[in-house]
Amino acid sequence: MLASNFPALLADKNTTFFFPPRASTFAEETDAFFLYILWISLFFFALIVIAMVYFAIKFRARPGYQGDSRPLHNNALEITWTVIPTLIVIWIFARGVYGYIDMVTPPTDTIDINVTARKWDWSFQYPNGAIADTLHVPVDKNIRLLMRSEDVLHSFYVPAFRAKQDVVPGRVTTYWVRPILRGEYDLFCAEYCGDQHSEMIKRKGVVVHDQAGYEAWLAKAAQPPRNPVAHGYWLYSRLGCKSCHAVEPGKRVVGPSLAGTFGETLKTADGESVVFDENYVRESVLEPQRKAREGYQNASQMPSFQGKLKNEELDAIIAFLKALKDNPALIDAVKDGDLTEDEAKALGYWTEESDAGESDGGAAPAEDGAAAPDEPSDAASATESTPPDGSENGPTETATAN
Amino acid sequence: MSAVATSPSYSQPDSDNFLVNSRGFLSWALTLDHKRIGLMYLVGVMSAFGLAGILALVLRAELMTPTKMFLSNQQYNQVFTLHGAIMVFLFIIPSVPAALGNFLVPIMLGAKDVAFPRLNLCSFYLWVVGAIFFLTAMLATGLDTGWTFYTPYSTTTQGPVVAATLGVFVLGFSSIFTGLNFIVTINTMRPPGMSWFKMPLFLWATYATSIIQVLATPVLGITVLLLAAERVLHIGIFDPAYNGDPVTYQHFFWFYSHPAVYIMILPGMGIISELMSVHSHKSIFGYRFIAYSSIAIALFGFLVWGHHMFTAGMANVTTIIFSALTFSVSIPSAIKVFNWLATMYQGTVKLNTVMLYALSFIFLFTIGGLTGLWLGALSTDRMLHDTYFVVAHFHYVMVGGTLVGFLGGIFHWWPKMTGKMFNETWGKISCLIVFVGFNLTFLPQFVMGSRGMPRRYARYVEDFQELHQMSSVGAFVLGIGLFIALGVLLHSLFRGRKAPPNPWGGATLEWQCASPPPYYNFKTPPRVNEPYDYTPLHFRGDDKGWEYVHPTESDAPRVDEVESKPATN
Repeated sequence: MLASNFPALLADKNTTFFFPPRASTFAEETDAFFLYILWISLFFFALIVIAMVYFAIKFRARPGYQGDSRPLHNNALEITWTVIPTLIVIWIFARGVYGYIDMVTPPTDTIDINVTARKWDWSFQYPNGAIADTLHVPVDKNIRLLMRSEDVLHSFYVPAFRAKQDVVPGRVTTYWVRPILRGEYDLFCAEYCGDQHSEMIKRKGVVVHDQAGYEAWLAKAAQPPRNPVAHGYWLYSRLGCKSCHAVEPGKRVVGPSLAGTFGETLKTADGESVVFDENYVRESVLEPQRKAREGYQNASQMPSFQGKLKNEELDAIIAFLKALKDNPALIDAVKDGDLTEDEAKALGYWTEESDAGESDGGAAPAEDGAAAPDEPSDAASATESTPPDGSENGPTETATAN
Repeated sequence: MSAVATSPSYSQPDSDNFLVNSRGFLSWALTLDHKRIGLMYLVGVMSAFGLAGILALVLRAELMTPTKMFLSNQQYNQVFTLHGAIMVFLFIIPSVPAALGNFLVPIMLGAKDVAFPRLNLCSFYLWVVGAIFFLTAMLATGLDTGWTFYTPYSTTTQGPVVAATLGVFVLGFSSIFTGLNFIVTINTMRPPGMSWFKMPLFLWATYATSIIQVLATPVLGITVLLLAAERVLHIGIFDPAYNGDPVTYQHFFWFYSHPAVYIMILPGMGIISELMSVHSHKSIFGYRFIAYSSIAIALFGFLVWGHHMFTAGMANVTTIIFSALTFSVSIPSAIKVFNWLATMYQGTVKLNTVMLYALSFIFLFTIGGLTGLWLGALSTDRMLHDTYFVVAHFHYVMVGGTLVGFLGGIFHWWPKMTGKMFNETWGKISCLIVFVGFNLTFLPQFVMGSRGMPRRYARYVEDFQELHQMSSVGAFVLGIGLFIALGVLLHSLFRGRKAPPNPWGGATLEWQCASPPPYYNFKTPPRVNEPYDYTPLHFRGDDKGWEYVHPTESDAPRVDEVESKPATN
């Protein structure tokens, strides 16, 4: 079974046996260097193993053979096998520095994107103020990421770009890249960050557009939907709420589910009763630890959103939670982290404004939701987001790389 | 003067055998005999290894599929934390120095015991206390920080971080005491005639290891205390919420934990130097180069901790300097490998169980060392850091290197420790299965890493599933191999043939006392000879083993004469 699957991996487009697609300017140098080291290593490894096997056979103990146990020494040999490896590692060191300098020296003409990492999601803030949970960049432009963490260490890692950089709380770390291949690529967190570390896999979390496609995407992404429920969902899916709070009633990811509790009376960890109303939602978003629910006091690792949300946004979140109550249609539509065009239409929150063109922003984030790796690219191109973004086909075609 | 005087083994009664000269639980629990302490350590560290090994199989089983099989994300994190922490702190750091080192250091010096026998016992009990502390803390409520305790996760997560770090603190003292004991023992108790360059290379490796243990471990103690203080008192050194800096923690932590890598591998290298020479029946090639390279590794090892932090946000110049220093440490390791190979040249190579383990070590350690080149080079490290490439790399060094070397050492000295010979055929089979299983487990992980699979992931992208499955199958094969090795050793205790004092033809002093040694090791200090000069050794048949006849006594008496004569002193 294993052997038969192996060649299939080799056959993937754009990828090679060792490498994912080469989507940035770093890839060519890094891959070539990787292979040089591979050949050097294979040479020495072969030398060592062949000598080992040859000696083990030629000088093996056997009847009629008596080796010589007296010491041998040969300073010339010792110096040879000290000096040659030394020269080789000096070359490897120098070449590594050469590639490294390029990776840590951003050019001056960059598009700067602010990145916030938190347990367990990414948030990207674009020059026009748009915020999304995926990284969208134009091809052949220099991109600089200014990265901060709200809680613990994370590491921004896009294998197709061949580079990673830790995101350190209390510091701003930078990362630059020049994408050269349109497509959608996986984004990983590479530094252990707790319970849901591996849920920071963002399939197709990095989208490299052509310039027009990037601009079109950017314009849309800056416009949240107007309907409060749609707006609430829009915020839910891009502020990181969804990595800990499910929308299915009763389902526990890390924190409690958001569905089905609005208006109920709940117990807090301190044993008090509290009504899950507008005030409670507001307070829980701004000061999450203040009235933790019973059973969740130990799990509460939620950051405060004090100062990060406007009043209308809080209202939108409240509207979304209210709408989730006893609303299986909405829950069904959004629980897989993916809101399709048909679902959005059926619910009505989005479609009422679709002719205005602005609600696209509402559907768009749903379509690029992290948990939608299996969304066929055809379906994506059929959504209303396609017409203004002519490039959308480009990325989806090359996306087979992943 | 006959050979009898220098072969006290032939002259002591069986009742002096250290295993049985006194009986009862207390005679072991309060023993000051370095051999008994070594055996107790051996049982302890192997139990820890068994536990952490089972956890590894649990992890590999979970990783058969990209989605959840039977561990939740949180449980997966706790299991990999337990696996790593137990393997590092309870098994691999004390494995060779504390278990084999305790047994061998005094005997190789022809001495009765280590310099401070009570400190030695104390260090064992500290290990036990640390282990209990550590295990209960982790098993009770689930520690999920990874064995590295990176801040600020470790200062904010729920779970028994303080208890676990105090366990590490206690274990650190155990390690320091052992190192201190060996340094003093080797410095002051070498017998007359044993100059530094007549010491067995295992002692050089142990000495180098002990230096690291004494100098680096206190930093670990300081680090974990600061971590506990940050967590409890918020002193503001590691957690940015209190104006601390997580990268500072990483500097503190790796300042110990990188040299600790050499605490793990140097004794393994020392074992291989002994094994290659004895089983090739050939004087070691380049004795001084191997000895100096141990010291060089110990010293360079202190200067390379930053290579764990190439992507952590250090200044660029610092990063480049650490890369250069990292490469410097690769040279002494390469020298050792070449010297081991050259030792076989023109020797008489016996392809027995012990030698197969030694050759496996060279094969696997070479892969581990060479793959370090990708990680030391800055541009490729940027791609490979924190991926499965790193996981595979350090398992090749720590498991393929230290563990395989340790197993080779156990097989090599097993007749000496227990007085029993093990079954060669099954020993070789165990080595073969371990070798195949190990490579099947970890070779695919290099490819996974270069394709971008991050480490410490409970779930993963489906594309990696085939490689993960190969790896998991390999892990179970490896487990079977290790289980057979254990079976071979246990079987020998009950059914093994009695071991002669010198079954392999070693020239170092431990082979000149009985198997197992008497509690006093040597009745009279043995005469010191060249540790790798095999010309005076004569094979007297499987039952009698090899006999060391000093060159001046060329009229070597035959074995039956030796046995019939009483001890001359």
